[in-house]
Amino acid sequence: MDLRGRKITVHDMSLRDGMHAKQHQISIEEMQTVSQGLDDAGVPLIEVTHGDGLGGASVNWGFPAASDEEYLRAVIPNLKQAKVSALLLPGVGTVDHLRMAADCGISTIRVATHCTEADVSFQHIKLGREMGLDTVGFLMMAHMIEPDKLVEQALLMESYGANCIYVTDSAGYMLPDDVAARISLFREKLQPETELGFHGHHNLSMGIANSLAAVEAGANRIDCACGGMGAGAGNTPMEVFVAVCDRMGIETGVDVFKIADVAEELVTPMMDFPVRIDRNSLTLGYAGVYSSFLLFAKRAEEKYGIPARELLLEMGRRKAVGGQEDMIEDMALTMAKERKASQ
Amino acid sequence: MSKKLRAAIIGSGNIGTDLLMKAMRSEWIEPVWMVGIEADSEGLKRAKDFGIKTTAGGVDGMLDQVIADDIRIAFDATSAYVHADNSRKLNELGVIMVDLTPAAIGPFCIPPVNLKAHAEKLEMNVNMVTCGGQATIPMVAAISQVQPVDYGEIIATVASQSVGPGTRMNIDEFTRTTSAGVEQVGGAKKGKAIIIINPAEPPMVMRDTVHCLTADEPDQAAITRSIHEMVAAVQEYVPGYKLVNGPIFDGNRVSVFMEVEGLGDFLPKYAGNLDIMTAAGLRTAEMLAEEAASGRIELPIRNVA
Repeated sequence: MDLRGRKITVHDMSLRDGMHAKQHQISIEEMQTVSQGLDDAGVPLIEVTHGDGLGGASVNWGFPAASDEEYLRAVIPNLKQAKVSALLLPGVGTVDHLRMAADCGISTIRVATHCTEADVSFQHIKLGREMGLDTVGFLMMAHMIEPDKLVEQALLMESYGANCIYVTDSAGYMLPDDVAARISLFREKLQPETELGFHGHHNLSMGIANSLAAVEAGANRIDCACGGMGAGAGNTPMEVFVAVCDRMGIETGVDVFKIADVAEELVTPMMDFPVRIDRNSLTLGYAGVYSSFLLFAKRAEEKYGIPARELLLEMGRRKAVGGQEDMIEDMALTMAKERKASQ
Repeated sequence: MSKKLRAAIIGSGNIGTDLLMKAMRSEWIEPVWMVGIEADSEGLKRAKDFGIKTTAGGVDGMLDQVIADDIRIAFDATSAYVHADNSRKLNELGVIMVDLTPAAIGPFCIPPVNLKAHAEKLEMNVNMVTCGGQATIPMVAAISQVQPVDYGEIIATVASQSVGPGTRMNIDEFTRTTSAGVEQVGGAKKGKAIIIINPAEPPMVMRDTVHCLTADEPDQAAITRSIHEMVAAVQEYVPGYKLVNGPIFDGNRVSVFMEVEGLGDFLPKYAGNLDIMTAAGLRTAEMLAEEAASGRIELPIRNVA
């Protein structure tokens, strides 16, 4: 693989996807310290919101330590070079949230839908573009459909005005060939000026390999999380990916030692538990299950006595999509009732 | 004289057709007109086959016959964009409008919660909120009828195949209208609505989760009783409305997990979200008919030429 001279944008997820691993409890001060560390290390783009995007604050997913607006207003003015993005899931966040985030000074809005449902992103992508934001379409759980179906959805988002489209491996299920097949078809069918991105989860330890496959196939934006702090076994670890890129001659603009220091000194100490591949996060990647279901399944195991792995596998069998965390408690209750009845 | 109120259905798509099939079985409503905009549409053809009068000229195509045909109720299953016009034209002729679009120019109507109040006031336009609202607001109301609810949150998960292009192009309208309904009709101080679309095959049956945060410690026995009563009230018009789990109590959180299966008249059974809209719309019209027949309300006076 010869990728010498390629320039890519690494996009940090530790303060957004990492919110899942922190049950959305990252403090304002931690947001500021980490984002400034990332800024100093040369990370060009940092995502900041509730783990489930703008408006994600809920009983369902958890109330965050501060509001999206408080986080954005606390982070953005203190950055020297890095820009900030926000995530928005139509059906959760609305154009009102988008307007608020734009007012806070985000440069990028990422509109995320399940991989078959791109048409719900119409009004948000259109508005993002009209407001002059860098507007990204984010196709989640992209392993669930074949590349030829996925590209149809990508074309819809592009037609609404998205200037960048992501293949999002929300379950950390894909292997490098799956990533390459999707990105290269996107490259073939989308406008040449449309940027392509890849968002990985490290549930099968494929974050780095998949991201490189994406770059080789034509992606120029790669999501990583400093310290690997994200849902499931985390996202592609930023410091590792940057080091590999450095060795391969791919230009990220990020300083290897500085980003490694941020991971070691700022992000890792924040973690409530080691974000790593254990039997449950492995199950996510192995069975193709949405990564942020992890902690919900663990809590249901504690409360109702059904092993988290069984709950995750059942969510996979029922083809649950991102956001369906409420089904985990419901299912655990039903399974616990059935088990009691059969005893 | 028949006790049935004569009705027009505007919109000959899936919702209008499903509503027609339900209305044809009703003891209180007699569907007379099906209004469409495309002469060769399947919906109009089907209505004609059922022996219903049809027009492809929109509401204007039937206005001159509203009085002669004694039309008293109209169901609007078109879109928010044309609803205001339809409603104005028919209200002028003394026709009560049941609005199944997201236009929401009239007050929200969730039958087991506030239909009686609307009927008594003879509201000329009532809005059926959203599918997610019809499925969940009764549960929020069941809790807030027992004690104050600071916060009500609903998560509606629906099959991709049951979400039409209108909803998709303006999904914010769903979240806004539903959360407003959770507050105004459900009685929560603050409301929040989330919609999740799932494309699984075979399509999943609509499921809904309701979380309420009560102001004080929840009275478990009273809330449980109230929820079971409310489920039974909704089951009168949506037999497939099912309490799957709950109420679960965790501190001040009260959670309920529901499933809504449709009757499968015209829409498939999994599309409980659409079925509960047509069933609630019809239930609304039926109650008006019952109230009018018993003399408890007076329909708009009409001088028949």
